[in-house]
Amino acid sequence: MSNKHLMTGNEAAAEAAIQAGCRYYYGYPITPQNELMNHMAMRMPQVGGTFIQAESEIAAIYMAYGSAAAGARVMTSSSSPGISLKQEGISYLAGSELPCVIVNVQRGGPGLGDISPSQADYFQAVKGGGHGDYHTLVLAPSSVQELADLVYDAFDLADRYRNPVMVLGDAQLGQMVEPVEFSRPPRTYFPKKKWAITGAEGRPRNIIKSFYPVKGELEEFNLYLQRKYQKIEEKEVRYEEINTYYSEIALVAYGTCARICKEVIRKASPLGYRIGLLRPISLWPFPKEALRNLSERVKAFLVIEMSAGQMVEDVRLSVLGRCPVHFYGRTGGGVPSSKAVLEKVLEIIPTVSAGPLEMAEMGLPPKVD
Amino acid sequence: MTEKVILVGYGGQGMMLFGRLLAQAAMLDGKQVTFFPSYGTEVRGGTACYHLIVSTEEIYSPVVEEADTLIAMNQPAYLKSRDYLRPNSLLLLNSSMVRREDNYNGIEVYEIPATEIANELGNVVASNMVMMGAYNYIKKLISIPLFLNCLKQTLRGKKAALYEINKLALERGEEYLKNAYLLKAPTI
Amino acid sequence: MEVLYSPPETLIRTSTHYCPGCGHGIVQRLIAEIIDEWGIRGKTIGLAPVGCAVLAYNYLDIDMSEAAHGRPPAVATGIKRVHPDKLVFSYQGDGDLAAIGLAETIHAANRGENITVIFTNNAVYGMTNGQMAPTTLLGQRTLTSPEGRSSSAHGYPLRICELLATVEGSSYLERVSITSPENINKAKEAIKKGFKTQMEKRGFSLIEILCPCPVYWRMGAVESMRFIDEEMTRTYPLGVFKDWEKIAT
Repeated sequence: MSNKHLMTGNEAAAEAAIQAGCRYYYGYPITPQNELMNHMAMRMPQVGGTFIQAESEIAAIYMAYGSAAAGARVMTSSSSPGISLKQEGISYLAGSELPCVIVNVQRGGPGLGDISPSQADYFQAVKGGGHGDYHTLVLAPSSVQELADLVYDAFDLADRYRNPVMVLGDAQLGQMVEPVEFSRPPRTYFPKKKWAITGAEGRPRNIIKSFYPVKGELEEFNLYLQRKYQKIEEKEVRYEEINTYYSEIALVAYGTCARICKEVIRKASPLGYRIGLLRPISLWPFPKEALRNLSERVKAFLVIEMSAGQMVEDVRLSVLGRCPVHFYGRTGGGVPSSKAVLEKVLEIIPTVSAGPLEMAEMGLPPKVD
Repeated sequence: MTEKVILVGYGGQGMMLFGRLLAQAAMLDGKQVTFFPSYGTEVRGGTACYHLIVSTEEIYSPVVEEADTLIAMNQPAYLKSRDYLRPNSLLLLNSSMVRREDNYNGIEVYEIPATEIANELGNVVASNMVMMGAYNYIKKLISIPLFLNCLKQTLRGKKAALYEINKLALERGEEYLKNAYLLKAPTI
Repeated sequence: MEVLYSPPETLIRTSTHYCPGCGHGIVQRLIAEIIDEWGIRGKTIGLAPVGCAVLAYNYLDIDMSEAAHGRPPAVATGIKRVHPDKLVFSYQGDGDLAAIGLAETIHAANRGENITVIFTNNAVYGMTNGQMAPTTLLGQRTLTSPEGRSSSAHGYPLRICELLATVEGSSYLERVSITSPENINKAKEAIKKGFKTQMEKRGFSLIEILCPCPVYWRMGAVESMRFIDEEMTRTYPLGVFKDWEKIAT
């Protein structure tokens, strides 16, 4: 028990980065991610690291670019409007193959929007966001503990693939206080980055760049990137499946929405409805295969998002019409209530099932784990 | 056991500290907790609303849709958050600043003049601890020594001097409730 | 046979993409000469900008990174914080530094960031075929000021050294030109002073170098040099604008 700390998601993300060996953080204030930056300002001097409050989100991402190019573990964070500003830099990071962790504590948009929880940056996060044919690994936690764990993992993934990794949270996760345990060993040793710019003492020089002006070179480089992304798609898919084995309807949700969906399953269980949940943890790479497999077993999907419907497109592309994909979302800072989701489920059920089954008929009591 | 609490007040009425201490104590007691502020754009003076869930089971949705307990520190906050109430909810009102609007069916209501009690003690900010004393007397959610320990940990340095008055406020809240409502402590 | 002269080792032996009469080649060569003379090839990290000097890393045999348009001071900050004992310099043009990257420039200076900025000012956007720069002179014709820059329509030429001199965090600021062997020698000394500022951890240094762009000034190479001496230096006077050695502390 004594190892548990009560922290906001924002603070937990910052602390996890430090545990993962991140010693360089650059940020710019924006609600609702300020606690992350404040924690870094306090902690970095304690661990001999660097904290700079940059003049803009743009400067922050390029300071991160510099430290990544220099071979360090580095992080920046912001919330939706600030992440939009960072997109150019993220494209450059991807194009220069630099490892960097970016935390987006999403808020309502478009424009200045509001400071309420949102998942409306999904497209921006998983489809590129900046210019060019690139991908950012995107991890979506649904609790403060998982936020900490995924930030820790994000640094290893970023280094392994020399690629930016985004941890996609929301105002709810960032502001929420939950117990968190930092059980992973604090990292101090990392494999040497031979490509980094450190001063070319006794070796041929290194160049960090994304510019390929000679005809054909850029295409070749892009094809190489695509091969790398394919490898990531094969190896780094993460998801959680709950209660799907006996289900007729599978909910699909990530982050905060996934927790609301678990509440829905808990509420629906006594009614005898067989509802499952597939929770993507990696949004890119997306658990396409898992959804495809699930589409062979369930009769319908219901995607729940805090957006007007973004991830639902990827679900539809994965399911490829094998069964209907329904959607329920709240947008502009609205958070779906478990009651509303349950109502939506009850609306869909008559279209796929003869109605609630008796517990005995199901053979097994509905299980929520 | 799951207890879902909504704490509302003006920013500065100490609802944040109230919720965080409760969450801390519950965590140390081995329970699952989530504590979530949902506030307006104002830093001070606006309505601050906090969702607190304490449970012996895994907590799924961190959002309180129906409150087991609503603790309201002022009139506008009270009016804004009445929708969280359901039959059998517990409603604690800071009667120094809240006028009870109507009689709810099946809702247990307790009115505690927390601001006045805290004022008498010499620190109006301790009204949150008055409410905490009353609340915990009814719900017995956590052990008071554990809570006081968390309070002591929080009030360090310059704030250490505030510990005694907060502790006193906690006791006064409990006392007031006992005297005004002649309750026998129920167990849940 | 006695070698009387050889080009600097750090300057990669290749033909450059610069136009005839361009100043970049001279400035990059000066950097290479200093790196050789001081034997700091393994301790130097450079940043190439977006603009005509985008391929600077093709000409200098040191660790280098590109930086997006306007961002070299931010990238240099990130590098320098990781390698405080390496010499980190950015190489930037006027559009990069004085327009899109002005915020990064001022704030790096204001933090006293221990880096050196080599700022080549040729008063025009060269790589995009000759548009108006923040440093374009009044009356100067460019693609986007076809009638000549007018203060009412386009604002005034921005004087970077003068501007940064008001920023408390800056330590060494000098404007030089490369219009004659004598001026080139002075430019080299100025760059050395900038590097020295950094090596002694004195903070932010910026060397502004007035450079010719004969193609987009629509002049001959010699005429361009004369233009700098006679016209450009009237808006941009040469000299030291801030020197930590001369500031009483």
